Amino acid sequence: MRKRKMSAWRSAAAICALLLTAAGCGSGNDDDKGGHAPDKLGKGEGKVNIIAWAGYAEDGSNDPKVDWVHPFEKKTGCQVNTKTAGTSDEMVSLMKTGQYDTVSASGDATLRLIASGDAAPVNTKLVPNYRDIFPALKQQPFNSKDGRMYGIPHGRGANLLMYRTDKVTSAPDSWRAVFDDAARYDGHVTAYDSPIYIADAALYLMQAKPSLGIKNPYALDQKQLDAAVALLKKQHKAVGEYWSDYQKEITAFKGGDSVIGTTWQVIANLTKAEKAPVKAVLPKEGATGWSDTWMVSAKAEHPNCAYKWLDWIVSPKVNAQVAEYFGEAPSNRKACAETSAPDHCAIFHADDEKYFQRVHFWTTPIKQCLDGRKDADCTDYAQWTRAWTEVKG
Amino acid sequence: MPAAPTPGSRLRLTALLAPPLLWLTLAYLGSLAVLLLSAFWATDSFTSDVVRTWNTDNFHELLTTPVYRTIALRTLSIAAAVTVVDALLALPMAFFMARVAGRGWRRPLLVAVLTPLWAGYLVKAYAWRVMLGENGVVGAALAPFGLHGPGYGTTAVVIVLAYLWLPYMILPVYAALERLPERMLEASADLGAGTWRTLRSVVLPAVRPAVLAGSVFTFSLSLGDYLTVQIVGGKTQLLGNVIASQVTLDLPMAAALSAVPVVLIVCYLAAVRRAGALDSL
Repeated sequence: MRKRKMSAWRSAAAICALLLTAAGCGSGNDDDKGGHAPDKLGKGEGKVNIIAWAGYAEDGSNDPKVDWVHPFEKKTGCQVNTKTAGTSDEMVSLMKTGQYDTVSASGDATLRLIASGDAAPVNTKLVPNYRDIFPALKQQPFNSKDGRMYGIPHGRGANLLMYRTDKVTSAPDSWRAVFDDAARYDGHVTAYDSPIYIADAALYLMQAKPSLGIKNPYALDQKQLDAAVALLKKQHKAVGEYWSDYQKEITAFKGGDSVIGTTWQVIANLTKAEKAPVKAVLPKEGATGWSDTWMVSAKAEHPNCAYKWLDWIVSPKVNAQVAEYFGEAPSNRKACAETSAPDHCAIFHADDEKYFQRVHFWTTPIKQCLDGRKDADCTDYAQWTRAWTEVKG
Repeated sequence: MPAAPTPGSRLRLTALLAPPLLWLTLAYLGSLAVLLLSAFWATDSFTSDVVRTWNTDNFHELLTTPVYRTIALRTLSIAAAVTVVDALLALPMAFFMARVAGRGWRRPLLVAVLTPLWAGYLVKAYAWRVMLGENGVVGAALAPFGLHGPGYGTTAVVIVLAYLWLPYMILPVYAALERLPERMLEASADLGAGTWRTLRSVVLPAVRPAVLAGSVFTFSLSLGDYLTVQIVGGKTQLLGNVIASQVTLDLPMAAALSAVPVVLIVCYLAAVRRAGALDSL
């Protein structure tokens, strides 16, 4: 009895100490937000909680042949708990809970995670495979800040234009097909259901309306945003449905409910595999795209296992497996030798920097214009979100 | 007559009721209160973190932005349409089950009405997505008559929601009709009333409270739904979808938005109560 009382006192004291420390931290300056990268790694904690896009952390439950989670668990002793997120917004809110150690964030989420202090900088020296990542993916505006990397690049891809070859007979080579010419496919146009899709309209306007002066589709001032919104509202009339779930897009193209619209390479592959006559192209204007980065939570409970996962997921063999399963360009240059299809890297333009120069990777729009303009205020993601509600009406 | 409560029994009663009451006030009403409270906070537009500064900007925006009004009205009309469709389908169905079908038929029919409730919501909604699609069963069935299926959109949403909530309307109406004394129908016939007159003057007033009670289910469930819209709604956007899309980015705005269906339901309940449907509760 006496002993229990003692321990109760002790835990009370511990709680007080914790609160005091927390209060102390709270008054510290904002630069500490987001925590520090570790200098060296310790032993694995036996567990790692990850947030991933569907297809990024396969454990064989979808397809027994596709499994890179169990080998990881066997090798490191870190049990993997995967939470699959459907959208970038979902990833951001899941990371805020502090229950996850690492996340495969796209560029429209990374800056938000960095700014809110939910993601910690990553010590790339502790990730040996980092040295083989394509140089063009390192230190990019969407995965680093002040010269510090906030994650390990995982893979990249473009948002392509897909169409049904039996319904769209004149092969389109421009985004004009889903914007100014959308009425031709009235009720059968599809678009990605996210505020970030506004950038697709802005990208088209860069060439269709040069007078607007758009230099970067993620840096829009109010006037430029209004023009993009007007274009999207016009497109809305011809849209049959918006998609955010890739399964939904596959069934829509397969059944003919959608005949033209944005897609990812993986969706095009899966739709073709289901015998639907579709084709995906990178239009002449270029495209928006995504480059995913494995980030570590600032509140990670299992940082050692998280670093082990980071190194594992971009290791040549696993990076190749993920890239092939998901349908994207791997980030590790050595992965190209490990793919089961010898031309995988060629198909996905993995080392084709000319190709990716035409791809504008998702970046969170912020007040400070990303294109370097000093004389203008840009619109931020909150404004984009409201504009997107407006577009859908 | 129950015995007067002794101190011991009162204690037992308190112990029995304390957990549910605590649950009701803390977990249930408490979370609602916190939700409404957060509607008065702001959001850091870049990090999406909630900033706890008191303001009414969210409600101001809600009331002054036309798109929110459009969406609220659309949601309201869909909920009303679903309720009307369900009432029109449930009345004859329940009447047949309770008064026309023989005793041996009642049970199988009741089971048939309840069976769809065993299947998952998503499974049913996706089944409708397949049926309503471009090459779906609905389109194929209408094609011989030179008609087109509704495709994805508001009509599809009304159809699917009416399908999903139909049992919730049939059951109370069936219960009311089953309780309707045979003598009243006989008396009506004896007084010279025809079938229609009996239906209008005897049956309908008797089931009105049941229809209203069922409508509380169909109306409120439709008002809050957002999955069906995502699956068969095409480009339609309802309150639930806007709330869902705001939750991660702008929690206070989402909270302000979700106050709209709460207000609508309270108004609806007040109206239903006036009509007397809740008297038997």
